Amino acid sequence: MAEGVVSEAAAALVELRDATKSYGAVRALRDGNLALRPGEVRALVGENGAGKSTLVKVLGGVVRRDSGDMLVDGQSVDFHSPHDARDAGIAVIYQEPTLFPDLSIAENVVMGYHPLGSFKRIDRGAMNGQVQGLLDRLGVKLDPERPVRGLSIADQQIVEIAKALSFDARVLIMDEPTAALSGAEVERLFAVVRTLREHGAAVLFISHRLEEVFTICDTVTVMRDGAVVQDARIADMTPDEMVRRMVGRELSTLFPKQDTAIGAPVLKVHRLTCEGVFVDISFSVHAGEIVALAGLVGAGRSEVARAIFGIDKPDAGHVEIDGRRLPAGKPLTAMRAGIGFVPEDRRQQGLVMDLSIARNATMTRMRALSRLGIIGSGAENRLAREWATRLRLKFHRLENPVRFLSGGNQQKVVLAKWLATEPKVLILDEPTRGIDVGTKAEVHRLMSELASHGLAVLMISSELPEVLGMADRVLVMHEGRLTAELSRADADEESVIRAATGHVGEVAA
Amino acid sequence: MNVEATPAPGPAVGEGAGARRLTEWVFRVRELGIIAALALLIAVTAILEPRFIESDSLRNLALNASIFAILAAGQTLVIITRNVDLSVGSVLGLSAFLAGDLLSGNQDLALPVVFVLGIALGAACGLLNGVLVTWGRVPALVVTLGTLYAFRGIAFLWTDGRQVNAETLPDAFLNLGTDSVLGVPFLVLIALVVVLAVGQWLRDYRAGRELYAIGSNPEGARLAGVRSDRRVLSAFVLAGALAGLGGVLFTARFGTVDATAGTGYELTVIAAAVVGGVAIFGGTGSVYGAALGALLLGTITSSLIVLRVEAFWQQASIGALLLLAIALDRFVGLRVDAALRRRSSRRAA
Repeated sequence: MAEGVVSEAAAALVELRDATKSYGAVRALRDGNLALRPGEVRALVGENGAGKSTLVKVLGGVVRRDSGDMLVDGQSVDFHSPHDARDAGIAVIYQEPTLFPDLSIAENVVMGYHPLGSFKRIDRGAMNGQVQGLLDRLGVKLDPERPVRGLSIADQQIVEIAKALSFDARVLIMDEPTAALSGAEVERLFAVVRTLREHGAAVLFISHRLEEVFTICDTVTVMRDGAVVQDARIADMTPDEMVRRMVGRELSTLFPKQDTAIGAPVLKVHRLTCEGVFVDISFSVHAGEIVALAGLVGAGRSEVARAIFGIDKPDAGHVEIDGRRLPAGKPLTAMRAGIGFVPEDRRQQGLVMDLSIARNATMTRMRALSRLGIIGSGAENRLAREWATRLRLKFHRLENPVRFLSGGNQQKVVLAKWLATEPKVLILDEPTRGIDVGTKAEVHRLMSELASHGLAVLMISSELPEVLGMADRVLVMHEGRLTAELSRADADEESVIRAATGHVGEVAA
Repeated sequence: MNVEATPAPGPAVGEGAGARRLTEWVFRVRELGIIAALALLIAVTAILEPRFIESDSLRNLALNASIFAILAAGQTLVIITRNVDLSVGSVLGLSAFLAGDLLSGNQDLALPVVFVLGIALGAACGLLNGVLVTWGRVPALVVTLGTLYAFRGIAFLWTDGRQVNAETLPDAFLNLGTDSVLGVPFLVLIALVVVLAVGQWLRDYRAGRELYAIGSNPEGARLAGVRSDRRVLSAFVLAGALAGLGGVLFTARFGTVDATAGTGYELTVIAAAVVGGVAIFGGTGSVYGAALGALLLGTITSSLIVLRVEAFWQQASIGALLLLAIALDRFVGLRVDAALRRRSSRRAA
């Protein structure tokens, strides 16, 4: 599968051969082939969900591979915990925060490996001195004795980096270490990485910022759909080529959006800002239109949706429905004004898993269905049955708990719940995540049909084919800002990825 | 507590020195606050009823708090890891009856053997709790609620309605509950040693610090290579062992033991820890605070008895104190958070 393998004389410090990992029915990693040699800085690139993080977790001992081999110094090994990986000299900076807010920076860095004095007591002086040294090396003025609680995201990232550098790691794996760092801080991190390289360590660097990849890396591994698809020298690659390899697939014809007459603007978002999360977001969605909000995970898309619906209160800006301004931070008012919101995590936020299909589907209409505060089950079932038929829901009995439904059918129940309120605007956050292909097409058909009846749809999606197939217009966010607005004609995989990775304007769309 | 010499802040130390001082100050204030409350309480009670500060009375205060302080030390270990042990009262009951039964059956049994067996029984109970929590992946609240009843049930089966009386116990053993060394009751001395030892272990040893890490961010601890299951298990075993020790001391102090010994202690002990600043969601707090909390709760009860306040008010006042402590923690915590954030953003600016 891999092409143009770099041949190096040196033996790999760590190597994965044909590693696979599945979560239930989802194959998160297949053909996991990767070798890190002394003095090598290797980039690992790919779209969201391409399997990068799974590969990192396998290397870090967080998850165990289902099959394939892992070798350290040519010896076959099996990591049972992150502890084993660390003992093998592998340091990992994970994407998710792993710090202890109640403890000092110094303790966070050396946890479990505190320098010891007499009677195996922790030598606090040595510990603080050691961590101060690391922080100086990274060029940040932070007091090692202050608690981590209250640190900015960038400073927390620095502590994570210090943690990974705190022992003589031969292999350093960094999953998006620069996401929150400033230019100067990134420069200093790179200086440290170069020093490590000179000392014969291997570095695996994951970043969505391609310019960083080209600045610091020697080799690159490209992943797509859970598999490693290319292994090459950076010198032999161009950014364009890399993006093409990351995207690579044919645009399927699975997602047709019917052409619909676009009406008047329904939802208007005006200069919405939430400090540190997203800045100055303005756009509008018209009746009959599907607008996709694309971008990488963490770009702030879900947060924008939450602010529009009033779950979070923005610091500045406002939202209008049909020209009427909504009060900030009031979901109930937003609902009454005609916004429906299908959240990203339907199990946690969209449904009450143990309640019946009927009760879930009619939850937003409880007040209308009740007489003197008592909900009539007849009225409830009638309404639920109506929606079940319209959405082609597959179920045994309306009284069964929703947790017995498949993911796709659960999503239909969430949709029914919101459609029952007869919204003017429907916000869908990752509407087809974790749904099988057949039902996916069903959900897309529904979205298209709803739009044709004049509903304004705002869809957040990390799946490019879905974005390109469904959207009349594509808005792209990068690190909390809108970086592009692309019409259906202008939007293609490259232009969206470029904007999502902050490469606007380098290539004419 | 942290009276070690801090190196003078060098030029490299920027904003943080202030942030550090702030948090250190909060922790000290927490423990000093309890001491101040204690002093105030004793002073007020003494004014109203001077006999309260006679040496016998103060001695009783310390004796009453000792067993609770030992249990609170164990409870702190568990709570710091974001777990809880509700079974300590029942474990104490089992161990107390074991000690009484052994000694009344054999007057010549060496006392260290009794202590070792009592502690071992407690540790075994703790091991069961810990295994169910770590391997069984059952929440500690549920596990220890179950074992609270189960251990108590075993005690009832075992005692079969019997009661151990002081007359049947050897004098050497009962003297442990009353004797003093240099004016300090033996029981208080044991409690002090336990609290200091556990406190130092939590403060200065890797295993102790890992307990804080687990409670502060369980997933983070796992990713940092902390062997969380092993640590949580050891916290439960230690808490059980200390409850076992408490049981033996209970018998030595009171002489009379039946199946109900230690009933309801678990709530007093958890209250003591919370009043002493141990966060119920883990990650912060010290054994010293918990022990002071035990002393404060004991003193309140005694002072209300001395002042002949009705039993209802005793319960209510402990409840009020708990709510006050939690409200205060929350308030101070929010203020500290905000202050720490302000300092960070100033740095970034």
